[in-house]
Amino acid sequence: MSLDVAPPARAVDVDQGGHLTVDDRVWLLRAMLVMRGLEERAMSLYRQGRVPGSFYDGYGQEAVSAGAAFATAPEDRLCILHRDLAAHVIRGVAPARILAQYLGREGGITRGRDGNVHFGDRTVGCVGMVSMLPDMMLVATGMAMAFKLRGERRCAMTWFGDGSTSRGDFHEAMNWAGVQKLPVVFVLENNQYAYSTPLDKQFAVDPVERAAVYGFTGVKVDGNDVEAVFEAARVARGRAVDGGGPTLIEAVTMRMHGHAAHDDMKYVPRAQVDEWRARDPIDRQEARLAELGVDVAAVRASVTTEIDAATEEALASPMPDPASAASGVFCEGEPEILGDGVARWSGFLGEA
Amino acid sequence: MATMTYLQAISSALRDEMRTDERVFLMGEDIGVFGGAFKVTDGFIDEFGPDRVIDTPLAESAIIGCAVGAAVVGLRPVCEMQFADFISCGFDQLVNVAGKMHFRQGLAVPLVVRMPSGGGFSGGPFHSQNPEAWFMHAPGLKVVAPSTAEDAKGLLCHAIHDPNPVCYMEHKHLYRRVKGDVPDGVYETPFAARVAQPGSDLVVIAYGAMVGVALEAVGDGLDGASVEVLDLRSLVPLDEDAILDSVGRCAKVVIVDEANATCAAGAQVAALIAEKGFESLDGPVIRVSTPDVPIPFSPPLEAAILPNVERVREACRELLAY
Ligand SMILES: Cc1ncc(C[n+]2csc(CCOP(=O)(O)OP(=O)(O)O)c2C)c(N)n1
Ligand SMILES: [Mg+2]
Repeated sequence: MSLDVAPPARAVDVDQGGHLTVDDRVWLLRAMLVMRGLEERAMSLYRQGRVPGSFYDGYGQEAVSAGAAFATAPEDRLCILHRDLAAHVIRGVAPARILAQYLGREGGITRGRDGNVHFGDRTVGCVGMVSMLPDMMLVATGMAMAFKLRGERRCAMTWFGDGSTSRGDFHEAMNWAGVQKLPVVFVLENNQYAYSTPLDKQFAVDPVERAAVYGFTGVKVDGNDVEAVFEAARVARGRAVDGGGPTLIEAVTMRMHGHAAHDDMKYVPRAQVDEWRARDPIDRQEARLAELGVDVAAVRASVTTEIDAATEEALASPMPDPASAASGVFCEGEPEILGDGVARWSGFLGEA
Repeated sequence: MATMTYLQAISSALRDEMRTDERVFLMGEDIGVFGGAFKVTDGFIDEFGPDRVIDTPLAESAIIGCAVGAAVVGLRPVCEMQFADFISCGFDQLVNVAGKMHFRQGLAVPLVVRMPSGGGFSGGPFHSQNPEAWFMHAPGLKVVAPSTAEDAKGLLCHAIHDPNPVCYMEHKHLYRRVKGDVPDGVYETPFAARVAQPGSDLVVIAYGAMVGVALEAVGDGLDGASVEVLDLRSLVPLDEDAILDSVGRCAKVVIVDEANATCAAGAQVAALIAEKGFESLDGPVIRVSTPDVPIPFSPPLEAAILPNVERVREACRELLAY
């Protein structure tokens, strides 16, 4: 058995069905660029001591969250994890609010109550992650259960890492989703490491193989190809809302930075990083679009402008009022509801 | 109004809620076809069907985690732990996911976890615990513990209406022993204390099964003294005003809980009185509780550690003589 990232046996190929317009493909690039740009900006703010706490990013993994979230409909619900910033971007969270979140500002999604990537904007249908991995698999499963009970055509989607597959909640979620045939899409982000722990210390069997024993489909996809991830997610979502049950998508990628800002990742062989650098998901999508005649430099420039403006706005925004530190523990009035997100994929246009 | 047991009152709350609010549904192990380990949901699957009375796999983390998911998209899940003890396997989802959700994201999690708790029947170390203090220490969770049939129903209705996660501690020992008049239909008992018996010389503060023990211990009065019994009913929120009011009137306080002593609900009440009721006291606060040991199985061992009528009476006599 090999846990290597050799081309998967049941690989999902790039948009063979013509489901993506050129605009869609540009959007996918844009979302990845915004993610990378925001994280680079936040990292430098962190190094300047302006971002409190710790800092995590998903450099090199942008295709996984961008591709999968792009397949979600407004009424779908998402539990987004810590290397998935592009999913928030696609659902419509403004970059300035994301930076305000990192900076611990009142205008951040959690209003300074929680830090860094621990957020979900409920107004766009997202439930923020907790640190305990992979707890959100069960929350997503529960949302899917509610959709099924009410007979609604919508799905829940959640992300988690290779390390997360070792905990019991992975099993409990996969099992329950399989037993009930729930409309949930599990996106396993295999980035070769869990902190410093490599795959061969994490599991003896490739987790994608486990889907079958829970009674549903598992597919492996090149996690550095945003269109391949999208295609896998599109098919999985379709299966979910058609009553075909859950799907486990294993997106194979590489964590190109340390686990967090403090980690120099000395434990990762240099050659492994170099090999993956050549497969950078943004470079790949840019090359694809350049061939189609898209002005990629212009897309980049507009993203940079957007992030500059967002940075300025976030840095100028106020800190939370210390007097409010103990407020909001309990809901006092009517429960707030999860709102619908933005669907960018042209495939949803005809459905509305 | 009907006379029913504490257990029937719990069933009645669930049934009336499910009849009036289609968002309410139940999840738990063996609650459907079998009707629950204690038969609280006996017959429910026939009336409400398997979609609203869900027999889950043996997976407490999944029960709580999925309930959180269902709650945030608009349903009102009521989860049954087969025994309160098993919440340890769902603890993370309750404390970290449900309890912190509103503070972090402004997202309410209206869910109820029913926990059959308490000892006194040779359940041993894993079927007898009173884990309420675990949840009192976790911000964002409410904790209630009825002692009467009327409150068993009213507190459960209230818990289901509450937009926050509520730990509903139902004491197994009371299930069939406690009976009382219970109003028809849905009604709410406030998450606040009640004076179970008024008095003026000493107050015994208790909740859950210990309320009955306290009432029996002090009777209509103890050695001519007038003894009040305050039933907390809710541990989070804790009814500080009612506690301090009783302390102010009675000046002597015995606190009883069946849970292990350290950091128990009673310890919190004692701390509150030390901080805010000190001036009213006319003697030390005395606590009666279970020592810090797992609940033993063998009847003489279990009886030796659980608070009982004798121990409460003794504590009261000691304090009255102070
Ligand atoms: C239950 C749990 N234990 C420990 C941690 C500390 N921790 C944070 S991230 C991490 C590694 C996670 O690895 P993986 O699931 O592969 O996700 P990745 O960070 O690689 O995306 C660990 C051990 C945690 N968050 N949750
Ligand atoms: Mg990993």
